[in-house]
Order: sequence, then C-alpha cells, then structure tokens
Amino acid sequence: MAISAHRPAVRDVVFVEGVRTPFGKARPDGLYADTRADDLAVKAVRELLRRRPELPVERVDEVALAATTQTGDQGLTLGRSVAVLAGLPRSVPGFAVDRMCAGAMTAVTTTASAIGVGQQDVALAGGVEHMGHHPMGFDSDPNPRFVSEKLVEPTALVMGSTAENLHDRFPHLTKERADAYAVASQQKYAAALAAGQITPDLAPVAVRSPELGWGLATRDELARPGTTVESIADLKTPFRPAGRITAGNASPLTDGAAVCLLVAGDVVADLGLPARMRMVSFSYMGVAPEVMGIGPIPSTERALANAGLTIDDIGLVEINEAFAVQVLSFLDHFGMADDDPRVNRYGGAIAVGHPLASSGVRLMTQLARQFAEHPDVRYGITTMCVGLGMGGTVVWENPHHADYSGHTTAPTEN
Amino acid sequence: MADTTTAAGGATTGERVTRSLVRDVELPSGAGTLALITLDNGLDHTKPSTLGPAGLAGLQEAVSRVAERAAAGEIVAAAVTGKPYFFVAGADLTSVGAVADAEGARALAAAGHAAYRGLTEMSVPTFAFVNGLALGGGLELALSCTYRTIAADVPAVGLPETSLGLVPGWGGSTLLPRLVGIDRALEMIISRPAANKPYKAQEAVEIGVADAIFDAADFLEQSIAWAAAVVRGEIVVDRPGPASAEQWQASVDAARQRLDAVVHGARPAPYRALDLLEKARDRDPDEALAAEEDALTDLIMSDEMRASVYAFQTVNKGKRPTGAPDADLARPVTSVGVVGAGLMASQLALLLAQRLGVPVIMRDLDTERVEGGLSAVRSTVERLVRSGRMSEDAGAKVVGAVRGTTAIEDLASCDLVIEAVTEVMAVKKAVFAELEDIVSPETVLATNTSALSVSTMAADLRHPERVVGLHFFNPVAQMPLVEVVQADRTSPEALATAFAVAKRLRKTAVLVADRPGFVVNRLLVLLMGEIVGAVERGTPVEVADRALRPLGLPMGPFALFDLVGPAVGLHVLTSLREDLGERFPRSPGLEKIVADGTPVVLPAPAKGIPADVDPALQDVFDSVAGDRGAPLDEAGVLDQVLTSLTREVGLMLDEGVVAGPQQIDLCMILGAGWPFSSGGITPYLDRTGCSERVLGRRLNARGVADVGS
Repeated sequence: MAISAHRPAVRDVVFVEGVRTPFGKARPDGLYADTRADDLAVKAVRELLRRRPELPVERVDEVALAATTQTGDQGLTLGRSVAVLAGLPRSVPGFAVDRMCAGAMTAVTTTASAIGVGQQDVALAGGVEHMGHHPMGFDSDPNPRFVSEKLVEPTALVMGSTAENLHDRFPHLTKERADAYAVASQQKYAAALAAGQITPDLAPVAVRSPELGWGLATRDELARPGTTVESIADLKTPFRPAGRITAGNASPLTDGAAVCLLVAGDVVADLGLPARMRMVSFSYMGVAPEVMGIGPIPSTERALANAGLTIDDIGLVEINEAFAVQVLSFLDHFGMADDDPRVNRYGGAIAVGHPLASSGVRLMTQLARQFAEHPDVRYGITTMCVGLGMGGTVVWENPHHADYSGHTTAPTEN
Repeated sequence: MADTTTAAGGATTGERVTRSLVRDVELPSGAGTLALITLDNGLDHTKPSTLGPAGLAGLQEAVSRVAERAAAGEIVAAAVTGKPYFFVAGADLTSVGAVADAEGARALAAAGHAAYRGLTEMSVPTFAFVNGLALGGGLELALSCTYRTIAADVPAVGLPETSLGLVPGWGGSTLLPRLVGIDRALEMIISRPAANKPYKAQEAVEIGVADAIFDAADFLEQSIAWAAAVVRGEIVVDRPGPASAEQWQASVDAARQRLDAVVHGARPAPYRALDLLEKARDRDPDEALAAEEDALTDLIMSDEMRASVYAFQTVNKGKRPTGAPDADLARPVTSVGVVGAGLMASQLALLLAQRLGVPVIMRDLDTERVEGGLSAVRSTVERLVRSGRMSEDAGAKVVGAVRGTTAIEDLASCDLVIEAVTEVMAVKKAVFAELEDIVSPETVLATNTSALSVSTMAADLRHPERVVGLHFFNPVAQMPLVEVVQADRTSPEALATAFAVAKRLRKTAVLVADRPGFVVNRLLVLLMGEIVGAVERGTPVEVADRALRPLGLPMGPFALFDLVGPAVGLHVLTSLREDLGERFPRSPGLEKIVADGTPVVLPAPAKGIPADVDPALQDVFDSVAGDRGAPLDEAGVLDQVLTSLTREVGLMLDEGVVAGPQQIDLCMILGAGWPFSSGGITPYLDRTGCSERVLGRRLNARGVADVGS
C-alpha cells in the first residue's frame, strides 16, 4: 500500500514579541561607534528571549536576520552567527536576508511563510544596520549597464535624489508640507516617549568608548524634540541646489537592531505565549527606482487585495519615514490627511532614525503595542519604501478586537 | 618607551597607567543614576590593566568624586568594571619591585587602601562588575565593593600574592575572610597560590566571592539590571556571619601546621598572610588596614619578594627564548616519528598528536611494546575525555593520529623523528644510523636524552647537522620545560625546528649547550649526590633530608629521589660522574637501595605534603658503610650543598651551558619546581653570600633579584 507523505494545510502566523536596541547616531561620536553590529543584534535577541522565558529556546526553528551591507561585523550569515553568539542551542539554524530597507520585513515574511506552510513553528526575525560602520552603498559596485542601457536614471541610487524626484512629480507635496509632517513626527515621538510607549520595547546595550569607558544605551539618540517648522526651514538641501530634501524632513543615518518572535498560530497557546498580532497578508512590489518612495502604494494595494480588504478597513498605519515626502505621497494616494491620526502614532523614522534593514521590525513592534492600546481597531499595516524602487506591506489583525477571527485554524473562504 | 608616563610626583616611571573613566548610567525603571567607573589602560587585550601609584592616584580621585556625588544624593549606586577581558590583573609588579625603601613600600600599600576604601565606605551601595580576569589587587578592588557580579567566562579570579612574596594587602586579607569565612579565605590566600590554581567564575560564585554570575554576551547589561534590583530592594544578598572565634582559631592553627609541613619557614609571605587572617575576624578597620600595611611594607622590602618578582618576570620572558635562531628557519613539521614506545615515548606521541595536529608514528622493536605504547595513549586519552578535559572529537583525533609500527621504514616520510629509547649511547647511535638510511636529508632527528652527549650521538652520521636535543621532563604533559640542546654541529634550521615544535607544544624552551645533564639534571643530581655523599660520610639520613628546608624546595631530597625513581637517579649520577668527575659521587648505599628496591620515603602524611625519608634507609647505608669520619649537622649539609651548587653554576656559566644565570633559574623553576622566593637558585646563592664566597663574584647585580643596596 502506498504511503502518502504528510501534506500540511496553511496555518496562521502570529507576532508574539518585538524588541529593538535604542537607535544611535551613525557617527564617530555616536552611541555605537565602538560597538559591533552583530553585538547589537545579539543584545536584541537575548532581551527578546529573556522577555519570553516560557519559550524553550530549542523550539526556535530559524533565526533570520537582515543587513543591507553583509560584510565585516554584518557578515558571516548573520542569522546563524548571531544565534551562536546569543547562546541559542547549536541545533538552531539561521540565515541572512537583504532587501535593503525592507530587510527585517522580509525576514518576517520569509520565516512566516515557512511557518505558514507548516515546515517550522517558531522563528526569530529581524535586522541590524550599523550605518556608521557600513555607510550606505559603500564598496558597492553597480553594474555599468544600469546607466549605459538607461535601466535606471542616474539619480536612482541616491535615495535623497529619489525623494527630490517625488517632489517634482507631485508639486502639490511641497517642502512646507514635508517640513510640517516632519515636525509632527518629532512631536509625536516625544509624546510617545513621555507616555512610556517607546522605552518598554528597548533592549539596553552596554557601550564602550576608549575615552569614556563603559556606559549603557537606554534611549534613542537622534530625536530632536524641540524641532519647529521655523528651525528646519532653512536647512541645507544636500541633494540638489534649491531642493526640498533636508536633514529636517528625512530620516537620519542610524545604527540599531530590531528582532521579533513569530510563532505558528496553533502552537502559540501551547507554549503559553500571547498572540499580539496575526499576519493577514503581505506584498512587495516594484516601482521605478528613481521614485522608489512611492513603493508602499502598490505594495499596500496588493497586500490589501490579497487580504480582501480595502484601505478603509485599516485602523492603524506604521509607515517608515525615509522621507516626509514619500509618506505624503502615500497618504495623498489613499486620500488620507497629512496628520491622519491613524498614521505613525509614536512618530517615525524622521525622529527615531532608520537603521535600514532593521526598521521593518520596529514598525511591527510599535503596531503590536498600538493594537493593545486600540482594541477598537481590527486591522493595521506596516509598510515601507525600499531602495532600487520597491515597496513592502504587511497587513495584521488585532487579537484584542471583538471580532478577531482567531489564529488556530485557517478560516475557509465564505 | 611609548607606554611610559610621568607619575603624579613628576618622576618618570615604567608604569602603564590604568585610567579610571567615570560615566553615568541610568538604571532601569527610574531607579536612579549609577556612576560606573571603567578601569582601562588604553591598550589592547594582550596588555592587562594593572595598578601602580599613578593608576591608584587616579582611581582614588575618581572614587572620591563619586563619593561626593553619592553624599550629595546625585547617584544611588557606584560600580567598577574593566576593559574587555580584564577587570584588573593586579598590582603593577614593576612598580612594586622598584620601591626603594620602607617609606615607599608603605606609601604604595597605603595608596591602595586610600583608593579602595572609598568604595567600601561610600554612602550608597557599590558594585564590582567583574567582567574579566581579576587577580591580586584586582580582586581586592572587587572585594572592597559591597556587591560583586562576575561574567561566566572569566578565566581566573584569585589572590596569588603569597606566591609572589606578598600578602593581599589592599584589603584582601581582611575583607575576604569576613566575606567567605576563614576556611575559604585560607584556601584562596594560602593553598591555591602555592598550587598556582586560580578560581573560575563559577567557583567564585560557589565560594561567595561573587554574588551573581551572568553570561558574557550581555554581562554588563545584566549586572546593571541586577544592581538596580539590589538598589530597589528586590534582591537581598544573604551573607553568612563569621565563624565562632574558636572555629576561626582552629582553622588558622590547622593551616599553620600544614604550612610548616610544606614550607618549613623558608619564605615569610604565607606566614604573614596567616597572621593577618588570624586577626581579621575581630580587628576594627583602621587596625586591620594598618596591619596589612605593616606586612606589605616588610615584604616589599624583602629579598624573597624581589626574587619572586624576578622569577615571575623570568618565566614570562621565557616565552620568548633567549638565543633561539630566526623562527623562519624552522622546517615545516607535517608528520612526526617517535622511536620507542615506552613511558616517555607514548607521552610524547600523545602530546605531539594533540598539539601539532599531525600524524605521529611510534616505532618499537616488537608488537607487544608497540601495542603497549598505543594502549597507553588510548587510556590516557580516555581518562582526559572522561574527566572532561578533552572533547570526544579531540580525543578521537589524537587516537586516530597516533599509529604504531615495528618497521623503522615506516618513519621514512617523517619531517621530525624523536628518539626516546633506552639511555645507552650505542643504542641511540644505532637508531640514528638506521634512520638516516631511510629518511630525507632534511628530516630533523631529535633525541630526548637526559644526560648523553648529543654531539657524540650525531658524530657518525652523514648529516650530523640535523641532530638536536629535545629534553622533555616527566610527566611530559604537565612539565612546562623543554631543554633544547644545540650540539656541536646542529644547524640553525634543526635548532629553529626544535624551538618551533616546543612552542607549538606550549612548552617553554631553553637553549642549552651539549654538556652532560644540561641544566636541570646536572643540578638536581649534583644535589642528590651531595646528600647521599653526606650520608655515606656518616650524616644521619633524617638530618640530610631536613637540611635543605631553608631553600624552600617543593620536596626533600629523598622524596625527589622517589619521584625520579632511584634507579634513574643512580643511572644519571653514574653517567655524570663519568663525564664530569667525582663531584658526582659513588654511593654504595644508593646502589644497594636500587638493587634491593628499598622504599626511600614514608607515605606522605597528607595530600600535598611532601614525604619524609624512611628512617629505615639508615640501616641500608649503615650496612655498606665505608669511611664514616665526617658526619654533618643540618647547617653543615646545607652549606655543603649550596657550596657545591654554587661551584657548579659557576662552571656551567663558564662552559656556556646557557646564556646566563637567568636561564639557569628559568630551568630550575619550570623543570624542578624550585621556588619563586629563591628566584630559582641564583638569587638565593647571591643573597646567602654563597656566590661571593665560592666564586668571588655575585651572579646577579644588586637590585636585579633582591632589594639592592
């Protein structure tokens, strides 16, 4: 008699926990100038596991960690090397991921996919970027065909220039609107920090400088709480003479790591772990590289379509603020106001910073906290633009909502 | 020198100054601010942080500023930690050894107290986050804090001062017994230093030196979180009260007995430590610290302490061998042959396979002997694996790497062949001759002979320049010394290969000339010869056995005989007499002892206490007595032995056996366990006046290994 192999059904994936390091200034005088990138990831992983002592560490089936520049202290197959450095059992495998800014998001959706098709139960996913040690694009060697065959515009590889291009394409998204958005981001971050909504998700990191000795990083370094529209109005526009993009309305260069715990919906309760978000759908889409900032628009549309939802079903949005104008283009497209209260309630990357490959998990960690704060919201999204013209979006469901669909079985279509 | 700095007084010192960097840390959950002091000498991990006068002054200043802030209510806790891999490795021994007078010694002792006491008496809790090695003054700094955490990977924690002629005098002799009890303090301050065995992190927690242990991966983060919990009152550390005065005294008395049985008063440091520990229970802090300062002052100004520092530095310097040829001349060694499969050969094969990671082939005359050698390797590996000192994979690798053969041809492809056959010149020459016919002309041939002439052994070969001596000591795995013998025609390549192999075996190699007995055996056997000689002339065996106690040797002469094996000792004695003359005397008593297999010592009274001569041995000597006309007392025997050792050292230096007295000391420390407090041997001969009396000159300049003028 023929034996049939087990054919698993698609199952739910839930987000259980997320932590990140405080984000530091990617400069020689920054918090982490003398701290290794892989150590940042190690601290985040250990803090995450410490917060979930119910999880037997040998149950971790995968450690996926992203970095945009995978050399030096971000090389050597980060997921595996960080698993070893963090003291996980040798039986726990890992790998490295790269989708530039959406690295951590991709680590999440990739491991979630493995869980979803029943091949794994528990995964750690996240990312790290030490932009002080690894300046953006450093040592990269773009194929000359990009230019010779006009595959991309020459400006496409300079992120600030792609943001200037957005201002060009959407003249009504003015520098003034961008500056006002950026100031609001700073204010929202400061308010969230004061309200205790930021610090609980941070893993403290011991930092050492040969000149100062050991210290402890416990808070983000980059936010500028007193920022006003006036104070940033006259900043330099480094990407173009008389341009619109300034240090005031863009995310700063940042060092940091973030990691989260994903578990199969039918396993999470057995392990005594809480389900804080259920993954509903996700999508990545490509756009013209020279306007990479609009990437979240098609990826969100596709993710919503995958979920059978519309933007009206979304009660909370965590969108990465690479540039204010790029967020504005998203809001504009979906008919949302510049100060829509659903969007980035804790402020965003303009205030806190954007360590490229780790930001996706910061968005998710913050959305998870907001879900608990807003049981009236059923669905939320995390979304971000990606270099070389992409966008990524993940749609999540709030288990605190009265109509929550549950996560132990995959409901069939009705 | 780039590391040299100018001390506070303005004098240029050799101190590598460890700085005290202070940074504020925000404790979690709003528990307040902790002032974190990092001790860092600004150098990489190959240069441990140590504390000398300038470093202590900086620490004192930092601690007093922190204390002021504590008093002002600005901080809720203070902590001390170190640069990566090191908390603090101890006092700066160079500074200690450079102290010129008692006043300076007392100042150094007081400087430690001044810096550390601020931590003990601060108005807020103080913490030592022991992130790395913490020895001596480093651990005392930690002990001066209210609480201690330790990283799980810290390789060594301890108070080794008494092995360096000092006492833990920056608070350790007072604080430690109060913290962990008198018995554990006695172990840490007296027993462990004598055994050169510091504590690992886990042990430090078990005995109560550290209150909490955390993984290295986020040690500081977890230590700070732990400190915050202590500050908030969520963690309360229970400490046992002191033992009763009677129990305390009983422990000290027992330790004193043990000390007498081993050290026999040969060096003052452990006794001074014992005196401090005895009184530590009830002394008030001022009195206790003053007593520590008295002891440190006396000891810093003692020749024993200076000789110990000299010995310590000699051993350290020994890692870069004097007179070794350019390391680049060494030939690659990708397979090794060992001729012989006896005790020494199988130990060598195991070590070579383990440390060089190359195939080793052991050859002996018949299958039974070969199998015996292989099974010795296997059983040793099994024991190492069982006790956890070797992983199963590493064990399998070693066992797989060592093969046996009876066919000498199987050694044809070896880059290095070491012979460890019986100590008979003709046999060894035959082995080399046979080897030369089969190996490549480049193959280095080494002999493990302990007393035969390497030049003679090589003389008839077509390529005598490839022969070198590699004299290991038994037990091979434990003994840290290898005498590398340069014969008349040894090539720089062969010599460099020998040094390279010794280094990869993690041995200290000393270059010696091809003179009988090289260094260690020549002096040890001379000493034993003098002892049996004295007995032959009528000195009672027990008097002879006790006579050398002031030298502080690890055991008496008869216990040494027992360790070496009387037959081996007699063999070497005979061999050296043939080469060097009658000062290596004939002893009918010893010959009879060997012939009859008479035991030479009584059972050891306890583990770690050397055995005394069996008084029954007197009868054996009496039974073959010749001229008994010159019995000596203990002082007479000692004088005779020292005179003889001095003359021999003089001869060895004249013959160029080694480059200088320091190499002799290095050999005697590592090859025979001769004590740091004697600086090996030559500082002792200088300070007792023997060298001037016998040789008309000192062996070391004043101040090199003694207090100086």
